Amino acid sequence: MPLLDALPLADASNLLAAREQMAFTLGFHIVLSCLGVAFPAMILTANYIGLKRGDADALELAKRWSKVMAVTFAVGAVTGTVLTFEFGLLWPRFMERFGSAFGVAFAIEGIFFFTEAIFLAIYLYGWKRLGGWAHFWSGVPMFITGIGGAFAVVAANSWMNQPQGFTLDAAGKVIDTAPLEILFNPATGYEVPHMILAAYIVTGMLVASVYAVGMLKGRRDRHHRLGLLIPLTIALALSPIQFLVGDTAAREVADNQPAKFAGMECIQKTGGDQTEYLGGICTSEGVKGAIPIPGLDSFLVGFSTDTKVTGLDAFPPQNRPPANTMLHLSFDFMVGVGSAFIALGAWLAFAWWRRRDIPKTVWFLRIISVCGAAAVLTLWAGWIVTEVGRQPWIVQGYMRTADAVTPASGLWFSFAAVLALYAVVGTVAILVLRGMARRWREGGAGPEPDEGTPYAPAVEKVGEAR
Amino acid sequence: MSRADIAAAILWAGATAYALFGGADFGGGFWDLIAGDAEKGERPRALIQRSLTPVWEANHVWLIFILVVLWTAFPEAFGAIMTTLYIPLALAAVGIVARGTGFAFRKEIEGLAGRRAAGATFAVSSVLTPFFMGAVVGAIATGEVPASGDGDPISSWLAPAPLLIGLLFVATSAYLAAVFLVGDARRAGEDDLERYFTRRAIVAAIVAGAAGAAGLIDMRENARFVYDGLTGDALPLVILSGLCGVAVLVLLVRREHHGLVRPLAGLAVVAVIWGWGVAQFPYLLPTSLKIDAAAAPEPTLTTVLIVFVIAAILVLPSLALLYVLSQRDLVGESSE
Repeated sequence: MPLLDALPLADASNLLAAREQMAFTLGFHIVLSCLGVAFPAMILTANYIGLKRGDADALELAKRWSKVMAVTFAVGAVTGTVLTFEFGLLWPRFMERFGSAFGVAFAIEGIFFFTEAIFLAIYLYGWKRLGGWAHFWSGVPMFITGIGGAFAVVAANSWMNQPQGFTLDAAGKVIDTAPLEILFNPATGYEVPHMILAAYIVTGMLVASVYAVGMLKGRRDRHHRLGLLIPLTIALALSPIQFLVGDTAAREVADNQPAKFAGMECIQKTGGDQTEYLGGICTSEGVKGAIPIPGLDSFLVGFSTDTKVTGLDAFPPQNRPPANTMLHLSFDFMVGVGSAFIALGAWLAFAWWRRRDIPKTVWFLRIISVCGAAAVLTLWAGWIVTEVGRQPWIVQGYMRTADAVTPASGLWFSFAAVLALYAVVGTVAILVLRGMARRWREGGAGPEPDEGTPYAPAVEKVGEAR
Repeated sequence: MSRADIAAAILWAGATAYALFGGADFGGGFWDLIAGDAEKGERPRALIQRSLTPVWEANHVWLIFILVVLWTAFPEAFGAIMTTLYIPLALAAVGIVARGTGFAFRKEIEGLAGRRAAGATFAVSSVLTPFFMGAVVGAIATGEVPASGDGDPISSWLAPAPLLIGLLFVATSAYLAAVFLVGDARRAGEDDLERYFTRRAIVAAIVAGAAGAAGLIDMRENARFVYDGLTGDALPLVILSGLCGVAVLVLLVRREHHGLVRPLAGLAVVAVIWGWGVAQFPYLLPTSLKIDAAAAPEPTLTTVLIVFVIAAILVLPSLALLYVLSQRDLVGESSE
């Protein structure tokens, strides 16, 4: 394409364009994935409470949440497909060389995703005509497949961080594979639980924040209390476990991907008694403007301030991760928000123990109302640490990201088109969800507008339904 | 049959399922697009909406299955295709986003203008997506994708045969959808819609047949290997496809043997896909990359086989359950 070649941005900066597009589309999709993984558990919890106690509020919540999930799952399915294309469109050299190893986990993910899509359809469109418990059980496979699918996809990412289970010939071609070693690579053990827990916390906080906003607007009925408490309890109860898993993950990274660890903690020189810096700007002379805690970094890595921690000086410049300040602040942000969630959990538990109610102060709801956004930002921060921290490698130690990128021209054009497309999709998705919420508030148990035809005559029916 | 051949057969099985079920969903979008204004198009669109809603996401997963099996079992072919045909592939990916979100949003969005915009997005992209996928398949079949990749990004697919195969994909999707919708209309007791989609099935079948024949004629010049295959080893399958297609039309017009119509229509499509496979065997990318040469190491192929068996045991019955429930109206749009 001579026209696109003439653009100054083409070719030379393919790597940057491809990384930006991948980061953006992954960041968009991962939020929807979290809902796909963890929303079923919350829907089924509400459904179970509803059936077991004959609780109409809980059943109504389950029904509404499943309709919300129908929208987010549809958007997630297509944005996930885009990622499948992007592996080839953006990183063909990586896929043609390592597809036979990397693909193993994805092949398994296919089964889970398939089953989830099928049972979501059965559950979603079976509300009235399937019997109560039969309908409940038709949803249970979604809970299992959500976790299974997350396992497979994150195992693939773990493999990029700690690749094993393949043999290369002299030309660097994969000539043998060991699928179980690929699937259960050393990073799988901490990356997978970390992400599954993250999915539950993000989903729980997102849903809870919606009901917290509603309660702040004075809608303090039982419906809102349940809508707040079911997801919030799940998210807050898992937060301490997530903290322990994350702590283990950080130690594993320090051992197995020392360059990433040095980048995210901004450790310049290898040695013992490393200072832990909270916040700050990372420079080659150390961290500026941070709160230093002497010896803590070494202690966290090896439970002794004497623990030797590898610094960036151990690696040649071309093997060091970029954007250390962003890495460092992302890591600190993740740990900070994770700690705040634990504190919130303790607060809620205390109030519940004393009075069987959420804390009285309006500040509790105010804080919860921003926790959804905070959880999503934390999720992104975590993936920045994982993915940017692995750079310059796409397969740690085996293939550089620069060698994996497509030579095709027009990548900036493609990135711009993706930004525009996703902006529209994201905006409409939010408008649609807000519209659903408003209809539910106004219409109560009235008929839904989606019963009719998509076009004009149906709109009149919408008018009648109001 | 080597393990690589089995993996290729699994790839083809995925492509078959996607063509049958995903194809019918795309075709539904095509009929939605040309159903006319809001009043005239209301009832056909309502039927299309009811038929597609519970199944389209599950049907869509076959595409992901194909891509994953391709890159896992035949990574070099995947790289070669992606570095050559990135333009139609990227356009197809955009179409997939627009189609899925347009469909999901249009019944939830408020206001006629918004619904129309979402509906039009769904319908237009339901035509463009299979067209670009067909162009990709056409470019592969006509040998425009070199094994080493980096083929010409424009001329590889902007040529008569790939474009005709793109048209063939659109017409075949429309044909399948119309045949499926005839059955749905009959079950709903909507006689006029049954006739409506019967007429459209016939037109689509004629267009598909013409596009296929024109593509074949062009291949005689430009893709001799596959042409020889289609008129040689694969000829029985090509003839079978044509016969099934004609039989469906006859049954539809005479309104006889309703139960046979869908299987025969499906068989017409299946025969073409496997005919293509037979015609280009033993090549994955004719005529530069053979299946065996492109295959991943054996343990990976075994994994793909195991996954396929598990899918057959787990996914196919679930899928069957969904289709049965949806055909019996136990799950569906109006199940509020």
